[in-house]
Amino acid sequence: MLKLRDKVLKIRSKNAGPFTVTVDVFCRNQTNLKRVLGLLDGDTLAHLYNVEKHRFEIFEVPDLNVIKISFPRTHIQGSRLDRDMHGAQFAELLNEMELPGNFQQCR
Amino acid sequence: MIRVLVPSGVLGLEFSKEALQVGLANNPDIIAIDGGSTDSGPYYLGTANSKYSRAATSGEWKYLLAARETANIPLVIGSSGTCGTDHSVDWMVEITKNLLHTIKKGVRIGTIKSSLSREQVVNALQAGRLKSLKDAPFISEEIINDCTGIVALMGVEQIQEALARNADIIIAGRATDTASIAALPLMSGIPPGIAWHGAKVAECGALCSTNPLSGCIQVDFHEEYFEIEPLDSMAQCTPRTVSAHMLYENSDPFVLHEPGGYLDVKNATYEAVSDRKVRVSGGKWVSFPQYRVKIEGVRIAGYQTTSLTMIRNDHYVQNIHTWIESLKQFFANSLDEKFGGDAETCHLDFRIIGSEATLGALENRSSLPVEVGILVLITAETQELANEIAKHINPYLLHFPLSDNEELPTFSFPYSPAETERGPLYEFCLNHALELDDPLEIFKIEVFEANA
Repeated sequence: MLKLRDKVLKIRSKNAGPFTVTVDVFCRNQTNLKRVLGLLDGDTLAHLYNVEKHRFEIFEVPDLNVIKISFPRTHIQGSRLDRDMHGAQFAELLNEMELPGNFQQCR
Repeated sequence: MIRVLVPSGVLGLEFSKEALQVGLANNPDIIAIDGGSTDSGPYYLGTANSKYSRAATSGEWKYLLAARETANIPLVIGSSGTCGTDHSVDWMVEITKNLLHTIKKGVRIGTIKSSLSREQVVNALQAGRLKSLKDAPFISEEIINDCTGIVALMGVEQIQEALARNADIIIAGRATDTASIAALPLMSGIPPGIAWHGAKVAECGALCSTNPLSGCIQVDFHEEYFEIEPLDSMAQCTPRTVSAHMLYENSDPFVLHEPGGYLDVKNATYEAVSDRKVRVSGGKWVSFPQYRVKIEGVRIAGYQTTSLTMIRNDHYVQNIHTWIESLKQFFANSLDEKFGGDAETCHLDFRIIGSEATLGALENRSSLPVEVGILVLITAETQELANEIAKHINPYLLHFPLSDNEELPTFSFPYSPAETERGPLYEFCLNHALELDDPLEIFKIEVFEANA
């Protein structure tokens, strides 16, 4: 099964302060960016990160072909239930997100 | 034009000494470096400790002191000692004084301290001067009174005051990443949209170039634009590496909040001046009528002891989730019996290394690992209780069977004792802005002769 990491240049995540995680999806070009953006709707992200969908902020950075996704941490950085101090492994869920068979035709 | 030399993204993480020399030969007006971040977690602010070793900090600082001396320009470090508490500033001053033989007579050290007392913050809360920032946790007087460390993040005004008082070496407490770089350009009349944007791109040193490890970069601040280039001959700044830096550790790729306002780079343009230098213009600064600084606070959320056991037996690895559930059930009963009411205040968190230790409930993949590690985090109201519980569960982490009618298994403890006392568990509990009438109001600035 094709995964998102197979179709973009790079996906990374990191803390943006102790209360927020931010994910950068580096796409190959504008067409690729629009296709990926089409997949990353609130419901998909909410399911992946178990955060209410209205709490995701999604930005398009056209000059860099980047999609930026920021959301509050369920567990504050370093608190008892936090498992990832730097928030850098959250990206793996998007890296491994399975793509629909018709991804290349997506608009 | 103001030329700022940024030796590295943080003091303690190495930089190229050759590149530093190249930078010095270009006659910079100031050397600015950052010393900290919250990125490594709440422990550092909770204990006023530095993440980097004293040896690494002192070893690199020595080069920067010598560079400052050669060029006879100011040297500024922001967020000294990782967390930027008053104690961290004192630590940095002490390191500096120990390197006195590299400092000429008459050199002036400026210190800017930014720790806040619990009382100051409680008063601000009562006076309605504390504003919640995005995703801020609930706060109360009680929570503030629990804090073991609180700092305010200074902007440029406090560093400019120390520069105006002719400090040669400025050792600042907690500051925004950009403040030490933006201070001199802004003081010299560079428009704020240019100054803050250049400072943001440069705050992680050569991270905005093709060779992040080389450290040193140089920013030239002009009236209409800034130009940025790496000082290592093998590194390059390109419009892409430079503009991409706004993404880094920033929740909004176009907006950066600073004391007194925010930077908006939506309409910025990035053009290559050469194959290694980039010119940037179009950043816009929006001032707030009310000056405010962000504050950070950490409190103790319990005391921890951890235990680790390793399981290689295939049958147990295959049934690890069943085993954990049955172990948890067993502990629930046995802790109640042994520790009574105390057990209710403590938490046992299980992390199955090899299965879901990193992502927890978010993990959506499963495959059978060769082995698993069971990391148990025991959090209790006292260290003594956490240690006691860890000792109580020790034999079960070693021998707990999957079923009643089998020989007792024995797993692998990687060391003796299998439990490790971690001390207090610190937790970030403030994400707030503090309103000030005067930017210097809460910051303690002193300028004195280093070897008087």
